[in-house]
Amino acid sequence: MKRYTIFVITENFIGILNRITIIFTRRGINIDALTASESRLPGIHRITIEVTATEETVIQLVNQIEKIIDVIKAFHHEDDAVVYQEIALYKIPVAKLDGGLEKIIRQHNARIIAAEKEFVVLELTGHKEQTRELLEILKEYDLLEFARSGRVAVAKRMLTIDSFVK
Amino acid sequence: MKGTMTRGADIIVQSLIAEQAEIIFGYPGGAIMPTYDALYDYHEQIKHVLTRHEQGAIHAAQGYARVSGKVGVCLATSGPGATNLITGLADALIDSTPLVCITGQVAAHLLGTDAFQETDVVGMSMPGTKWNIQVQRVEDIAPAIAKGFFIARSGRPGPVLIDITKNAQTDFGEMNYAPCLGFRSYKTHIPVEKTAIQQAAELINQAERPYVLFGQGVVLGKAEAELKFFLDKSGIPAASTLLGSGALSQDHPNYVGKLGMHGNYAPNLLTNQCDVLIAVGMRFDDRVTGDLKRYAKQAKVIHLELDAAEINKNVKADVPVHGDCKESLSMLTAEVEAKTHDEWIGKFRDLEKMEKDAVMQHDITPTKNGLTMGEVINQVNQYKADDAVLVTDVGQHQMIAWRYFNYKKTRTQVTSGGLGTMGFALPAALGAQMYDYSRQVVCVVGDGGIQMTIQELGTIMQTKAPVKVVLLNNNYLGMVRQWQQMFFDKRYSFTELDNPDFIKIAEAYGIAAQKVSAREGLKEAIEDMLIHDGPYFLEVVVEKEDNVFPMIATGCSVEEVRLS
Repeated sequence: MKRYTIFVITENFIGILNRITIIFTRRGINIDALTASESRLPGIHRITIEVTATEETVIQLVNQIEKIIDVIKAFHHEDDAVVYQEIALYKIPVAKLDGGLEKIIRQHNARIIAAEKEFVVLELTGHKEQTRELLEILKEYDLLEFARSGRVAVAKRMLTIDSFVK
Repeated sequence: MKGTMTRGADIIVQSLIAEQAEIIFGYPGGAIMPTYDALYDYHEQIKHVLTRHEQGAIHAAQGYARVSGKVGVCLATSGPGATNLITGLADALIDSTPLVCITGQVAAHLLGTDAFQETDVVGMSMPGTKWNIQVQRVEDIAPAIAKGFFIARSGRPGPVLIDITKNAQTDFGEMNYAPCLGFRSYKTHIPVEKTAIQQAAELINQAERPYVLFGQGVVLGKAEAELKFFLDKSGIPAASTLLGSGALSQDHPNYVGKLGMHGNYAPNLLTNQCDVLIAVGMRFDDRVTGDLKRYAKQAKVIHLELDAAEINKNVKADVPVHGDCKESLSMLTAEVEAKTHDEWIGKFRDLEKMEKDAVMQHDITPTKNGLTMGEVINQVNQYKADDAVLVTDVGQHQMIAWRYFNYKKTRTQVTSGGLGTMGFALPAALGAQMYDYSRQVVCVVGDGGIQMTIQELGTIMQTKAPVKVVLLNNNYLGMVRQWQQMFFDKRYSFTELDNPDFIKIAEAYGIAAQKVSAREGLKEAIEDMLIHDGPYFLEVVVEKEDNVFPMIATGCSVEEVRLS
């Protein structure tokens, strides 16, 4: 079992996300993370799915995803073939903001993106390992809330989706 | 303005007519009433068959589609009408049957409010359709229907569901019907790679014991002639899957039998002795392969398949040939050497003889008093027309009928293969018959399955569709009972049935009926049935505890196929 990133290039069609996730659920495979967004081309959406599975299974999943009528193309990549990032937000009580925490923020290249009377919100962008590390540390600072996005990723190879969208 | 515009409901019916739909199987209700109102005006251009249940409507549409090669059309209302279609959708998806099902839906402003007979049929049918869509605006109706027909019939065929809100049916819009010719996310033509053909031909030309397995893909791809030419030239023995039966006449000298759990002895056993396995338009269903870890491991596998998701799904292909088998088969025929494989085919014939002695003898010419299913089908076989369609339900009778029916023509096999839907046969036979009244349609059912959709006798009565129903009654859910006998210490848990008087039921529907319980009179009864003008119901009381053999038990390898 390995971690794979699946890219799905689709028409912007109601229900398409549901059709895609059904392919995972019917096999009892958990989606680790999923993000959907517009692509560079108008009307075309891209969905990025992170999944842990064997390559054989991933290939079958990709084939079945590509079979969906409104899916234009689907690919799978191992981690070293993609550039990816995740964003994490941490909500911490203002009372905990001291010199120690400031040092941690600097060390992790995190930043404060909101400051309210009772709490501050830190933001860190990076790989899951990095955001998780900060999470463990901040738990000792009475962390109030934590949220992490799914993976956004681009492939390293120089193939663009234009050739599939004709 | 309104005068020049067309009502949504009329657009629906006009769109169906534009797609050359000849017949609709359906059931009215609140949310689809505007469309039924429109249908009233078009009864000369398009026929409608009122079934007795929406499940009957969709199975009938499936039966129609399977024998005609056209798209089956089904109409139902929202809520329960729509949910009653689900089994048929799942069945059509797994058996690649082209359908367009139109369901009514509550008005758009009521969506999501738990309105009367509102159900999220688009959500529910998503895993059971090739494509589905909800239409909320009148201007979207015609494009959705055009796209739906295109998707249903192209590529690997499948069912489409179009859910149309009531307001879209009652609103007025412009009717400019334009058929769908394709769109960018859906590739229907996959050019066959020449290198794949060359690799395949090389393997075949070097093979000593090549072996062809063909499935319904040959029928769906209209590649029956191409398959025959390929076999004629290459001399390779060929076996059919359940749904592939009929794609090649059983009289063809290379035809060696049927594959699968209850298929023939030789084709299963010798799968593990061939050196090159050529699979054509089939998907290596588990009922065909048995234990995959011990399936054809000695062989190089060539897989001719249109659906990319089927390649390497169950069996790894050494040479995948992606594309339409009509194209790939003729390309391959050009590249393979003309050969004969008499000795290798002889091996099949030897094992066939073993099966005849060990199984068929008992099935066709039993020594016991009780009638066997096999002898009934054998008699049907003697008197049926060459192009007779055999429609079967699911269970022992299905396997026996398939085993002993002699398929000579394509599109003569209608059964629920992938899903195994009990209750499929009676409505599917009705649908098959509606395509062509002059063709013989024999519907073989068990006493379990027929009671799941027995209400469709009413539709047969009303349409006078001359379906010949052969009920093989053993007062058991026979296949389950067989498994209980073999694998569950004869603990016959809830498989015995107290049955009604089926003859009285048939007669209550005004259908000519006869019951046969002894060998004397069987032949005459079958002859009577087949020459009868109109629908006929023949009940044959068969041996209560008879088993279907050969059999590959679950988890066993194809080479462990048992004769008893």
